[in-house]
Formats: sequence, C-alpha cells, structure tokens
Amino acid sequence: MDAVIASLPEYWDGFLRTLYLSVISGIIALIVGTLLAAMRVSPVAALRGFSMFYVEVARNTPLTIIFFFAAIVLPRLGVKFEQFEVAAIIALSSYTAAFIAEAVRSGVNSVPVGQAEAARSVGMTFTQVLGFIVLPQAVRTVIPPLINILIALVKNSSVAGAFFVLELFGYGRQLSNDYGNQVLWILLGVAFFYLLITVPLGLLAHFVERKVAIAR
Amino acid sequence: MTTQASGDALVSLNGVNKHYGQLHVLKDINLQVQKGEVVVVIGPSGSGKSTLCRAINRLETIDDGDIAIDGKKLPEEGKDLAHLRADVGMVFQSFNLFAHKTILENVTLGPIKVKKVAKGTADKEAMALLERVGVGHQAPKLPAQLSGGQQQRVAIARALAMKPKVMLFDEPTSALDPEMINEVLDVMIQLAKEGMTMIVVTHEMGFARKAADRVVFMADGQIVEDATPEEFFTNPKSTRAKDFLSKLLTH
Repeated sequence: MDAVIASLPEYWDGFLRTLYLSVISGIIALIVGTLLAAMRVSPVAALRGFSMFYVEVARNTPLTIIFFFAAIVLPRLGVKFEQFEVAAIIALSSYTAAFIAEAVRSGVNSVPVGQAEAARSVGMTFTQVLGFIVLPQAVRTVIPPLINILIALVKNSSVAGAFFVLELFGYGRQLSNDYGNQVLWILLGVAFFYLLITVPLGLLAHFVERKVAIAR
Repeated sequence: MTTQASGDALVSLNGVNKHYGQLHVLKDINLQVQKGEVVVVIGPSGSGKSTLCRAINRLETIDDGDIAIDGKKLPEEGKDLAHLRADVGMVFQSFNLFAHKTILENVTLGPIKVKKVAKGTADKEAMALLERVGVGHQAPKLPAQLSGGQQQRVAIARALAMKPKVMLFDEPTSALDPEMINEVLDVMIQLAKEGMTMIVVTHEMGFARKAADRVVFMADGQIVEDATPEEFFTNPKSTRAKDFLSKLLTH
C-alpha cells in the first residue's frame, strides 16, 4: 500500500498519458470510423470496397501486431516520429476506427430506408442525406456500442506500455520491478486509475442514452 | 389528351425495362405526360405501378430504355441527379417525414439546404404551405405526434416547398385509416385543379374519376390501357381491365 502512495506522482503521470492517448486516438477513430462507414454505404463501389477491406483487415488483426507495425515497421518505411506516443496513437486509432465504422454502419442501417429516400427526393446529395437525415437519427442507436468501443480503447491503450510509452501500464511494469514485494498493490493501483476513466464513460453512456431516446 | 406523340412532354418514358432477378417488373413502358396533366396509374398489386413511379425520380434504377424530365434525361447518381430530383416532388405511401425534425423543419429543410433559400423566407413559405394543407397549427410538433392523414399532408407540403415541375404520388392513401383518406385526397384534388402535373399511383377509383385527365392501367409490368377516366371506367377494352374493374365493383 505504501508503495502505491509513494508512487503517486508516477501513477498521475501515467494516468495523464493514458488519458491523452485515449482522447486523441478516440477523436481520430471517431472521425475516421464515421468516414469509413459513409464510404461503406456510398453509391461508389470502389469506396465501398476499400472501406470493407480496411475494416476486415484492421478489426481481425491483433492489436499488438498493429502496434508492432506502427512502432517498428512504419519508421523503417520512412515514416519518422519523435516519440513513440505517435506510433501508439496511429495504432490505436486505426484499430479502433474499424470497430467504430461497423457500429456506425449498423446505426445507419437501423434508420428506415424511407428516410433516405425522402431526403434524396427533395434533391439532397449523398453527403447531405447522410449528414442531415441519416446520421443524426443513427446516433441514437449508435451511442451505446460506441461507448463500449471507447471503453475498450482506453484499456487497449495499455498495449502502448509494451512499446516504450510510459502510460499507466508502462509505469505499472516499472513499479512492479521497483517494489517486487508489493506487486499486487501496484497492479491494483493501476487498475484503479483505469477505472477512473472507464467507469465515468459507462455512466455517460447511460445518461446520453436516456437523453437522446426519441419517439418514432 | 390521350396522344402519345410530342417530344416536349414533361415526363417521358421510352422503352423502359426493369428486372428483379427473374421477375420482369417493367416491360417496355412508354408513357408521356404533358405539363398540367394528371395521370392516375392503377392496376392489381405487383403490376409494377409503384416501381414505375419510383423509377421516374430514379429511386429505382432501370435496365434499359430512357426516362426524361422536361427534356432532360435522368442522370446517373451524383449532383446532377440531385438537381433533377429537386424538380420532382415525391409523396410516399409511408409518409417518410424526417422523424427527428419538426413539421416546419421537414418542409423548410429542402429549400434551405438544396435551394439555399434564406431561413426567414423558407419559414414563411413553409407556413403558407402548411396552412394550405390544413396543418399550420402543428408546425412545432414532431411527425410522430401527428395522425397519418396529417403526416401525409405535411409530406405533400414538403414536396411542394421545392416548387416541383411534377409531383409523384406512390399510393399516398394506402397506409391511412379510412376516415383520413379524404383529407389527403382533397388536398390532391385541389392541387390538380391548380394545374400541377401529377402522376398518381392509387387504388382510389373515386380520385381517378374526379381528378384524372388520363387513367393508365397496368398489369404484369405492362401498360395495358391508357384512356380518359370516362372511357376507362365505362368501356374498358382489355379483358384484364374488365376483370380488374369487375372485382372492384362487386364490393
């Protein structure tokens, strides 16, 4: 227990870095995932094909391998970055975007097709139909699975600890070495700080779900 | 006005064919609709009437033949198609009002987003249209709070807000309770009187008699008859039409 208290500054630093990785990757993944979902339902066959290919590859590849590509293979291909955080963000957001794309696509499919037909009939373009009519209605069904994906993202960010990023899990490993006799406490401390992010996310999900529920 | 000639028809379908897999739903359809004409399409279910109606603004693609609106051929997907659809009003069987928008927003969204009309102007015009179809006082409500008949009248107002050259009605009263059918038909009859070009797929024979310039009878994906309502209802030529009408009249 005193090891945890003695290491609070490290925990705090790790907590902030985990939060940072999650928020940045989450925002990128939401944007990229929505774009992928839009491509998936677009009238252009090439875009649909690309989106499907990307999603299948990214969500069926273990995250550790994606991290390996981002942190080790990408630099060899000439993509240089100063910190490994960048590699972690690339890996986390490209992986998570695939799941978000699938969630958004299922939400889009949950909106009755007549809504899109009516919007097209008043002369809206594909992007207007999606942006003004379909996505705003899809949001309602998509919020719960999206929050699940974001919770998974927060926990997945721990893989970065194995790739030279000192986030919560990275500190956890380091502290476990420093305090070999108190490993259990150290890891419980790590878990506690993860819960500090994920539990509020779950509560937010409940709140938003109630807020956006609307009669059809 | 039963002639099929003239190249200046507002809506013109030439040699249109469509298949759903094995099923040949539209068989070599030729149809010209002049400006100001009201054409009612009737026929048994599965005869391809709705598909025909939906093909005119390319909600259904066709396999061959061509469809032109005001002399312009229907474009492929894309901006051009969107432009053309803005000139073609569509009213659906299931209303399809935007569920997350108020009644007023349903009507103003097209003019504001597609025609870039200023919000103030769009609101004013939308209110006038809503008054005209008798649902002005419902403007701030959501579609789900209105009855079917009211929703369908809003849908008509939404289509009219785009100032379309032609209005398509795909069985506009088929999803309505009997007591609400007339309030929708009244609006449509009024519209016909004002000279709107209309293509109406319906089972309402009363509307066909009262408002149609021409009745087009479809069966098995073909146009079997094309006549004035008077001619069609009193003296149908084909056995298919006679058969269809006799079934209606027994009730």
